[in-house]
Amino acid sequence: MKNRSFLQRIIGAPYVLWAAIFIVVPLLIVAYYAFTDPAGGFTVDNIKNLGDYGAIFRDSILYSVAATLIALVLAYPFAYVMSRKREKTQQIMMVLVMLPMWMSLLILTYSWMNILERNGIVNAFLGKLGLEPMTLIGTPAAVIFGMVYNYIPYMILPIYSVMSKIDPSVLEAAEDLGSGGASKLYRVILPLSMPGVVSGVTMVFVPSVSTFYISQKLGDGKILLVGDVIERQIQAQNNYNAGAALSLVLMVLIILSLALMKLFAGEGDDNLYV
Amino acid sequence: MTEKNIIELKNITVRFDGDTVLDNLNLSIRDGEFVTLLGSSGCGKTTTLRIIAGFLEPNEGEVFFGEKNMNGVPAHKREVNTIFQRYALFPHYNVFDNVAYGLKVRHVPKDEIRERVTEMLRLVNLEGFAKRSVAKLSGGQQQRVAIARALVLKPKVLLLDEPLSALDAKLRKDMQVELRNIQQATGITFIFVTHDQEEALSMSDTVVVMNEGRVQQIGSPEDIYNEPKNAFVADFIGESNILDGVMKADYTASFSGHTFKCVDKGFLPGEAVDIVVRPEDVDIVKPEDGMLRGIVTTVTFLGVHYEIIVDIGGFKWMIQTTDYAGVGDTVGLSIDPDAIHVMKKSKYSGLYGDYSTFSDEMEEMNQMSEELAEEFAEEIAEERAEEEGAGSAPDSESGKE
Amino acid sequence: MKKAIGNIFVGLMYFVLYLPLLIMLVFSFNSGRSTSVFKGFSFKWYAELFTNSSDAVLPVRNTLFLAVLSAVIATVIGTAAAVYIYYVKNKAWKNTLNTVTNIPMMNPDIVTGVSLMLLFVFVGRLVGAVNSLNFFTLLIAHITFNIPYVILNVLPKLNQTDPHLAEAAQDLGSTPTEAFFRVVLPAIMPGVTSGLMMAFTLSLDDFVISYYTTGTDFQTLPLYVFNMVKKPVKPSIYALYSIIFLLVLAVLLFTNISGMKEKKENKPTGRRTGIHRKQENH
Repeated sequence: MKNRSFLQRIIGAPYVLWAAIFIVVPLLIVAYYAFTDPAGGFTVDNIKNLGDYGAIFRDSILYSVAATLIALVLAYPFAYVMSRKREKTQQIMMVLVMLPMWMSLLILTYSWMNILERNGIVNAFLGKLGLEPMTLIGTPAAVIFGMVYNYIPYMILPIYSVMSKIDPSVLEAAEDLGSGGASKLYRVILPLSMPGVVSGVTMVFVPSVSTFYISQKLGDGKILLVGDVIERQIQAQNNYNAGAALSLVLMVLIILSLALMKLFAGEGDDNLYV
Repeated sequence: MTEKNIIELKNITVRFDGDTVLDNLNLSIRDGEFVTLLGSSGCGKTTTLRIIAGFLEPNEGEVFFGEKNMNGVPAHKREVNTIFQRYALFPHYNVFDNVAYGLKVRHVPKDEIRERVTEMLRLVNLEGFAKRSVAKLSGGQQQRVAIARALVLKPKVLLLDEPLSALDAKLRKDMQVELRNIQQATGITFIFVTHDQEEALSMSDTVVVMNEGRVQQIGSPEDIYNEPKNAFVADFIGESNILDGVMKADYTASFSGHTFKCVDKGFLPGEAVDIVVRPEDVDIVKPEDGMLRGIVTTVTFLGVHYEIIVDIGGFKWMIQTTDYAGVGDTVGLSIDPDAIHVMKKSKYSGLYGDYSTFSDEMEEMNQMSEELAEEFAEEIAEERAEEEGAGSAPDSESGKE
Repeated sequence: MKKAIGNIFVGLMYFVLYLPLLIMLVFSFNSGRSTSVFKGFSFKWYAELFTNSSDAVLPVRNTLFLAVLSAVIATVIGTAAAVYIYYVKNKAWKNTLNTVTNIPMMNPDIVTGVSLMLLFVFVGRLVGAVNSLNFFTLLIAHITFNIPYVILNVLPKLNQTDPHLAEAAQDLGSTPTEAFFRVVLPAIMPGVTSGLMMAFTLSLDDFVISYYTTGTDFQTLPLYVFNMVKKPVKPSIYALYSIIFLLVLAVLLFTNISGMKEKKENKPTGRRTGIHRKQENH
């Protein structure tokens, strides 16, 4: 009914095609590889064999949940302090949070290796004080720390962004109605900043649970996560079927945990991003 | 103004997702006329405008410009121009380039463009603004740029989609006068869309009242106000007391339990009708001198006059008068025969009640809240009394000592 | 008092956030070969970086070439896609498009990388290619993860512009196509440029997806760094990233100083960019 131009009709075609071939089809291919053997016959063995990786899945989830919670506990007060500064200060603080993200996270993880390793900076410092060197690299703590360090900006920014948008008159209204300090934080700020928390948790959990270089570098190869197993199956052993099955399960796992969190965070939010 | 029709819409029907937005609409617009399409949101007035502009093809019906059928002709090939509600100025161009846009598209020589744009900016009092960014202009100035941008192309018809709705009240009045002047000076046909009845009445040669995708009445502003065709038009334009009545005979109507002389005829004897009496046409007189008698329930001072609500047998009349009456007074009402307007019954009969409330929303909420408000007032009074009692007791004791 | 605690906490957080950057800067000037024992001050790693024999030169060139090419292609396709999605009337189709667009942003990078790699391998086997992965598969992968971020930047700009802008241009005599290029495109240009910038930086930084989709013939800087673990890390790579750090800092300072003058806008974002965003499709 509306007069549509030729341009309007064809303008979406490249993307629709692109998305179909390079977004949708690859996911189907993952499923195809997960349910076939190297000869191409149908099998559920790949999925069955995942039972061997139970402990690794458990560790991945444990470590990334821990990292997410630590990031949240650190990021929330950080964002709160930030949102109460003057506008110019806020802008500068925000840029400073984003700056490391603009660098390669790989090189920063390297730098942490230098700081924490056996002959590293921390131990050199301890040695000068006459203390015994500590084993820092290769521990779960180091891996969790690496996850928190890498992804905490993704927690700070959404929480800050929601907090800074809270209408100041709402806070004044809370004070006017008798809420001060802790009560204001608990009854007004916390519920209003929930969308930022949810999106921050998503943005930290998803890359943490699927990482492989953090566990390789800071775990010193002693700690295996799902990402490492996928990487080994595909890059080292060329076992695409096992790699696909692991990826598929990882994807399902993430979708389930996000759905669970959505349930936990309340029905009000229509989607996982908010 | 000539008698020649410049635009004709024949049996236009438009449906969006199964909803009928325009229902078999017929409309002819004469050359040089200032026509206003008036109605509340969703009545189809903007849709009508978009069909004329060519942004929308009707599902059924034909659009004629003069003798030429315009169905299927895209917007950029139609000799009409539009002033959009939010002006739709091009933010990346300055004032001059906005106004020059249509001329550039038509490959008019550069010198001529400069000349015509400059002249047009002078006409809308924007001399010296040519190099300004449109984002830095006030609402009124943006409006003028929009007008200049459309008029510079010398269209046969100018379409205006609620162009004044974003302006403040005073600027709005000035722009109404200015638009009217421009229209008369240029002789271009204006088709103006608004939901503001005052605007419609004050600017137009012809007003088209629309509702639910249909034309309710077409006429001069005076006709529309004085001779509304049905209860909808009577209610929409100005304030009206709309009552159920019966035509006894020609020039005699009965309503509110009284028989009145009137100036209408041509109804069947005993035919049920709608009666309209405008609030300013009712006089308040002594109870014994009135044709009707009632009790004053509300008095509001509005500067020019009082707005008085009088309850007559449960029907709340609105009366606008410079005479004061107190709440609770019994007053008489006197109505002249030419103040009574008789209308045929229509689908809108009975929809518009009396002046118990001004909006439908309040009507639903009212009864509940009145009771609650009384209770609440009592509670506050009780608490105050207690506090005072508690507070004054020690005082009196200390007084004793 | 409360304020002081807050400030100390924030200060500590920044200290930890910037500690590895500081270490990197310091050791880039180390005269020794180690990245943990500081021998003395020297520019020699910087000097080595700029000699032709440096093996970091090619990855840097590759990374820039890939980032520019993928960002430009993604911007063209993504802008067109945003305009298309904006005009789609059918709600179910619009939702489908939005959901599919979200997939690369929601999925972990490793899954995106593996799924694309498997597609390339699958197609490679079908056509009997020996090596399924090469520069072009890497380019396709980068374009794929960049497009959604371009759409994310352009769509809000479209929603902000006056919906009657294109109509106004047509009303004044432009054909619909001309109206798009003369009026709509300039109006959404800020979104297009920020989409281009975001795509460019995402492509520069990407390691995980590149790791799975590139062939042996094309190495980017993040891949080069990752593979360096096998050899001892040389301070020259710290020198390289110190230069990058200063460049990023300069760009950020520049954009923020020029950005301060403009009004604050709601910057569109996604997981990689970390900024909270409300979805359009509810």
